[in-house]
Amino acid sequence: MNPLFLLSILIFLPLVGAALLLIFDERNADAMRFWSLGVTLLTFIFSVVLWCQYNPAEGMLVADVCEWIPSWNIYYRLGVDGISLPLVVLTGLVSTLAMAASWSITKHVRGYLILFLMLESGMMGVFLSLDFFLFYVFWEVMLLPMYFLIGVWGGPRKEYAAIKFFLYTLAGSVLMLIAMLMFYFASGSQADSFNLLALAQKASQGGLMSPGTQITAFLLLFIGFAIKLPAFPVHTWLPDAHVEAPTPISMILAGVLLKMGGYGIIRIAFPLCPYGAQYCAWGLVAIGVVSIIYGAFAALAQTDFKRLVAYSSVSHMGYVLLGLAIWKINETTGETMNSDYWQMGLNGAMFQMIAHGISSTGMFFMVGVVYDRVHHRDLNKFGGLMGLMPLYSGLAAGLFFAGLGLPGLCGFIGEVFVVISTWSFSPMLAVLSAAGVILTAGYILWAMQRVYLGAEYRGPHPEALTPSNGRENAVAAILLGIAIVLGVYPAVLFDVMEPSIKAMATAAAEGYRHSHAEAQAAAGQAQAALNR
Amino acid sequence: MLFSQLIQKLIQDTTEKSLPLFSVELCLCVTIVLMLLVRLLGADRLLPACVVAVIGAASALACSWMQYRELYGAPEPVSTTFFTGMLIHDSFTVYFRAFLSLFLLLTVALTSLTGIPDEEDSPDFYSLLFGATIGMMMMASSNSLLMLFLSVEMASVPSYAMVGFLKGRKASSEAALKYVVYGAGAAGVMLYGISLLAGVLGTADMGMLSERLAAAAAGGSGGLGDPEIRTASLGILLIMVGLAFKLSLVPFHFWCPDAFEGASAEVAGFLSIASKAGAFGLLVRLCVALSGAEGTGPLMTAFGCGLGFVACLTMTLGNLAAYGQTNLKRMLAYSTIAHAGYMVMAVSAMLVMSSSAAGAASAAEVTRSMEGLLYYLFVYMFMNLGAFAVIALVRNYTFGETLDDVRGLISQSPTLCVVMLICMFSLVGLPPFGGFIGKFFIFASTLKSAETEPFMYVVLVCGGLNTVFSLFYYIRVLRVMFLEARPADARPVPLPFASWESAFTLTLAAFVLLLGVAPYVMSTTANTAAQSLAFFN
Repeated sequence: MNPLFLLSILIFLPLVGAALLLIFDERNADAMRFWSLGVTLLTFIFSVVLWCQYNPAEGMLVADVCEWIPSWNIYYRLGVDGISLPLVVLTGLVSTLAMAASWSITKHVRGYLILFLMLESGMMGVFLSLDFFLFYVFWEVMLLPMYFLIGVWGGPRKEYAAIKFFLYTLAGSVLMLIAMLMFYFASGSQADSFNLLALAQKASQGGLMSPGTQITAFLLLFIGFAIKLPAFPVHTWLPDAHVEAPTPISMILAGVLLKMGGYGIIRIAFPLCPYGAQYCAWGLVAIGVVSIIYGAFAALAQTDFKRLVAYSSVSHMGYVLLGLAIWKINETTGETMNSDYWQMGLNGAMFQMIAHGISSTGMFFMVGVVYDRVHHRDLNKFGGLMGLMPLYSGLAAGLFFAGLGLPGLCGFIGEVFVVISTWSFSPMLAVLSAAGVILTAGYILWAMQRVYLGAEYRGPHPEALTPSNGRENAVAAILLGIAIVLGVYPAVLFDVMEPSIKAMATAAAEGYRHSHAEAQAAAGQAQAALNR
Repeated sequence: MLFSQLIQKLIQDTTEKSLPLFSVELCLCVTIVLMLLVRLLGADRLLPACVVAVIGAASALACSWMQYRELYGAPEPVSTTFFTGMLIHDSFTVYFRAFLSLFLLLTVALTSLTGIPDEEDSPDFYSLLFGATIGMMMMASSNSLLMLFLSVEMASVPSYAMVGFLKGRKASSEAALKYVVYGAGAAGVMLYGISLLAGVLGTADMGMLSERLAAAAAGGSGGLGDPEIRTASLGILLIMVGLAFKLSLVPFHFWCPDAFEGASAEVAGFLSIASKAGAFGLLVRLCVALSGAEGTGPLMTAFGCGLGFVACLTMTLGNLAAYGQTNLKRMLAYSTIAHAGYMVMAVSAMLVMSSSAAGAASAAEVTRSMEGLLYYLFVYMFMNLGAFAVIALVRNYTFGETLDDVRGLISQSPTLCVVMLICMFSLVGLPPFGGFIGKFFIFASTLKSAETEPFMYVVLVCGGLNTVFSLFYYIRVLRVMFLEARPADARPVPLPFASWESAFTLTLAAFVLLLGVAPYVMSTTANTAAQSLAFFN
């Protein structure tokens, strides 16, 4: 299939589906749900077609470019490579599953479905854009549906959570906007001033920005992406948004939205300002480790089931940041040291994003299933669910173990890759991040013990605890199946990701070498001037 | 030359050259006369004033469209002075004429939908509206300091009357009085500034200002130590006071919230858009007239930075003050103040860039900054009028204009809520709506100007922060409309989907969306208009 057509359809099919929802009869909620499920499923199928069509050896699959705002060199430029493709498929999958989980939404069904499909369009657009401006537009377009999805269909503190989410992301994106304009002017306002590929190419030859500017631009970009990731000091929107959002939206938030932070760092921040990225590497690694440990401790302290899973996301996404940032260089020559370990870390980080997308989506769904029945999430009032809902509890145990990082399930691969490669950066940090795994085991096992094990259920509404239905079992089983496949045979993903990641890492290392030489020369001149 | 020959030449010049170029304004003049005549002859039952007004505004729009085609077809930008050099005709002028006629058309449509004014008063109201618009068009085309003052007054005096048009309402009269007193004070200060500037430089012709200023600077040190420059700067400062009043820039904004709250939503919408647009046209004319000559670079850079500082103050104060408001019109008044701040950023960037040493190299960037301003104004027209239209339509059902009146409106009138949503998100500056594109253009110019003057980084960061602040109060309106339940005792707003009101507001919203998704056509037009400014001197 023509790439432009295929990539455009991935973005706009959900939007068209949303528009067509307007012709449905408002009282016929089920018809609209099935229609939306069909649209998301079709989008997912198209993403699988894209997966089959993509050849990892060829590098970036770039679609034909269309003009959008020619006077500003802004183009409708789409493309996909080994970094974005797994995320695109993940988006298709999580959206379909979340839509299948949306049967519990009964208020204003049509509005919900329209916003949901708009959200999917935005997410696809972010992963498929190769024009910075287009990327930014899609990044912001998601805010609008997300605000209302949390604000209208959320829990008791929904308004607070929705505005907090909105504000944090908007603050980050304003910084990103400034960075985007810096790149525009740094590229000399030439034909490729928003083309991410051309900008990365220029940066790898050291011709885009001076080292000092790179640091500023990187920090601006990083803050924007770290908010979405979320990394330690700016993560506070996440527990609120996750807890208040309805179950399907929590699944999307954890499964896809958080990945945009990591994707932005690896697609934009690193390739476009390699010097800035390396300059800040220690800080990034430190933030990553703190996120891992802090998130895990915070999860241990929670009594709300959903909040626990939310904090586990902070902890797990810390591994992503850690894996991305373990970039070590030789201070005198500017050569990248142990490049293989860094690439291993990058691969681990990317794998961790996908794995977290599967396990965390599953965990939120499992929490949602019991919440729909008993309408509370207090860990201390659960117990004995294994006896009442055996199949559900078995599937939940599998998904929680995937989150824990049990060997043979998806969570293990990403964590172990990141931790091993961290050793080459700093053994002490590797020990610390490995210790995070123990804390993870602690909070997950303890939560499972309090919810699923025990003699009997003593909380409110015991009569509502009926065994899970076919739809719920199907969603959970699909997620668990993927978790097992990825855990047993991770090469499915690595084969696609590795060539692209290698290319990115080589280009970034090259760019760093040039900027390093430039910075050294400038420092030498300053020293000479001082001596004179 | 004989006196009769002089008169002959003047008549010839006026009838053959000036009047055709003045055809848009003439259209509006004729409409005013027609409306009053129709009532005088008692034919207003057959031919309501709003119909005459719609036809008049539409023909003005058509005239300006023809003028635009004419200029667009020319091989290079044309700039003609007419009425003995009092006014100037170029694509910048025509852009504002078209903008204001279109806005006039939309306002008349809105007023005839909402029924303010009633049939009895409508000729009076529309005469004031048209008269003010003529003044605003002249503001954007003035080429002389004298016309600067006259056009500001011509735009202001009908505005005072319109604010007080809701007869018998105390708040309305109070607002009008405040507006008049404040306006008169500002006009006096501005007139004094004009006299200083014209006296020192020996001319009122704006085309010659920069040259004379450079000549004045060449003699002395060129800084504020030079008495001539000091007097001229004082004159500029005082003129700026008058313009800042029209633009409601801090600290001359106090009239704005009161006037908006007292006036009807339609009038407030008119003031917040048309009046701002005219004042921006005039501000740009004045800034371009003053800058660009050798030797005045540092002075004009300082002037630009000063404007940047005022922009920071204006948007910060506007956004912070809007947060506490419960009256929607008052909230939008503060939002208008904040948006004036964003737009002044573009003017300040233009001044900084055009007076930098590398001025010639960045001529394209100077044009860009003005393109940003013109684009922003165009989007602003639709998004702000959309918001005011929703308020006006809700008021017709609930007789109130506060947050409580729109609480839970989604259950009764989803169309109005969706329009409000689009307008509010566009006012915040989020894609895919037009406000984002406008903001993007302006921020880009500000960043570019920061390369020559680091202070502009502060202005840029301030603009960015304000975008985030502004989210609070815009989204509060949406939260109240969408997330809360309609109180049981609230008056219902049963506006059907298939009605002219819905169609009108949806059209405005569609334009806001279109300007964000397909900005190309309008940004090219704005760029053409901005290009002609470079030939102004």
